[in-house]
Amino acid sequence: MNIPEQTAEAKLAYDARWQRIMDCVALKQPDRMPVSFYATFWLAKYGGISCKELMYDYEKTKEIAERAVLEFEPDACLSLVGANTMGRIFEAVDYKQLKWPGHGVGDNQPYQYLDREYMKPEEFSDFLRDPTGFYLHTYLPRIFGAFEGFENFPTLPGMFYFRAITGLRPLANPEFRKALQRVLDAADEVDRYMTHAAQWNKRINALGFPLINGSASGAPYDVIADYFRGATGMMKDLFRNKDKLLESIDMMRQHLVKMTIANAKASGNPIVFIPIHWAPDAFMSPKQFETFWWPSFRQMMIELIDADLIPMPLWESDCTKRLEVIKDIPPGKCIYWFERTDMVKAFEVLGDVVALRGNLSPSMMTTGSPQDVDAAVKHLVDNVWNKGGNLILEHAFGTPDETPVENVRAMFNAARKYAG
Amino acid sequence: MSDTNQQEQQLIEWLADMNEDEAFALAKKMLLEEGVDPLRVMDLCRRAMDIVGKRFEEGEYFLPELVLAGEMLENISAVAKPLIKQAPGEAPKKLGRVLIGTVHGDLHDIGKNIVSFMLDINGFEVKDIGVDAPVQTFIDEINAWQPDVVGLSGFLTLAFDSMKETIAAFDQAGMRARFKVMIGGGQIDEQVRNYTGADAFGVNAVEAVNLCKRWMGATA
Repeated sequence: MNIPEQTAEAKLAYDARWQRIMDCVALKQPDRMPVSFYATFWLAKYGGISCKELMYDYEKTKEIAERAVLEFEPDACLSLVGANTMGRIFEAVDYKQLKWPGHGVGDNQPYQYLDREYMKPEEFSDFLRDPTGFYLHTYLPRIFGAFEGFENFPTLPGMFYFRAITGLRPLANPEFRKALQRVLDAADEVDRYMTHAAQWNKRINALGFPLINGSASGAPYDVIADYFRGATGMMKDLFRNKDKLLESIDMMRQHLVKMTIANAKASGNPIVFIPIHWAPDAFMSPKQFETFWWPSFRQMMIELIDADLIPMPLWESDCTKRLEVIKDIPPGKCIYWFERTDMVKAFEVLGDVVALRGNLSPSMMTTGSPQDVDAAVKHLVDNVWNKGGNLILEHAFGTPDETPVENVRAMFNAARKYAG
Repeated sequence: MSDTNQQEQQLIEWLADMNEDEAFALAKKMLLEEGVDPLRVMDLCRRAMDIVGKRFEEGEYFLPELVLAGEMLENISAVAKPLIKQAPGEAPKKLGRVLIGTVHGDLHDIGKNIVSFMLDINGFEVKDIGVDAPVQTFIDEINAWQPDVVGLSGFLTLAFDSMKETIAAFDQAGMRARFKVMIGGGQIDEQVRNYTGADAFGVNAVEAVNLCKRWMGATA
């Protein structure tokens, strides 16, 4: 796949599309309601291939993703190849936290995360005392088969003088050497994957289409909950390990901010996509939310904003009761993408603070008709866009995998019909 | 609660208020040192869980409280159960049988587990057939166990079709009229209920309990 020179016409189209997104962020209504395009396994349906092929065949996925972008002409899209072709890198690291086609689920099923306790409650102290050591000795061998053997990696803090030399002996351990080679091989595959993803991104940019975000991150609480403690472990921590939990969340925030700023700057795109998992109304009380969840995330967003980045959290599920709290952010700096939160209510509360993104219902998109989709878009146009809302139209959390193609067409058509 | 003494009332309150350490220590003392009837202790736990359920319904408690309540109950049960000397036929009468599982293609179980726990503590006999449950497994289990309610769980959008297929298979097997079907999960709404042909859907564990109670003619 070659990367063409951007024509003058494509540059104009690119700039106009990007400006629409930036206008929304700045709380100015652009010339028309922008529509963004986020799809994962739906592309397999669209392209007539299996989920497994989508994950493993870089070239086929590039072609299908480009075809979809050229058909729908979104104002911005996800890095569609980067988001989908991860089969080979999962295999290379022997990833334990997911089941994916050919590895635990069928060839035509999406990957699924395995919610488990990847860090035990008694390991908080190790994690806090020496996070790098905890990653090397415990966490990475637990989540990646390729790292099995890194348990032998020397403990670095405390090394000094001759001891810093003799302490290297574990690196001669054959089990460690074997693991190191697997990790190096995995890194080669990751490099190939990132190259394919970057090539597609550049090509799609050259054709006139910006990416909606250049990097992704996680909320500090969510990263600890989802990827370390597991859902039920974390819920029990709210009672049993409050102090260590708060300390871990704060430490995670510092690392996430540093990593996210570096990744976003390297991508050249200021928008940072942050899927939010644990903010929903039903998941914790307002007091728990304001104690454990929101302060670290708010601080993270402020730090990203201070680095000239644009946080774009995807507030999954229904966060209607959180709106008044999450409003406390400088105006004109963020995009809030809502899944099931009532968008009209979100506009009423947040319309003068953030750009909005979303949120056609997955049940309607998958089981409804194009007429239903048309009516749902009109509802958002009438009640948000036409009332001054800076809305980027999108599905609730991207295009649901099972959505009939004609319903996706209906979304784009309705946007143009009702809002320019 | 006039039929409880001060100590018993204390246990109920500590459990209901999420005072895990105090509640567990007291339950252990009652069971192991004072020889209180283990069935009595379990009944006190059930009363505490009723309060937890009510606080959840009223919006005071959320998922973390349900999860901790489940853990507290499990820990006390582990101490109490070996002490129960139950004569045959003495088992408490259950409100009804609920068979529950995550439909095929979907591996998620957190919501299903919380629903199972809440049904159990509310007096239902629950059989959980796990995740990614094939249609035929549901049918075999229904034939073998004769539930009053079948609960289908699913988190992903692919579960819509799995639920529809599972319920259609109940129809084809001629068994659909013998039980009620409820569905639940992150993306489930009235549109999905209608699409799948389920009798009802619930957005949380307490709604599932209330549905089952209503269907069994018990007070919700």
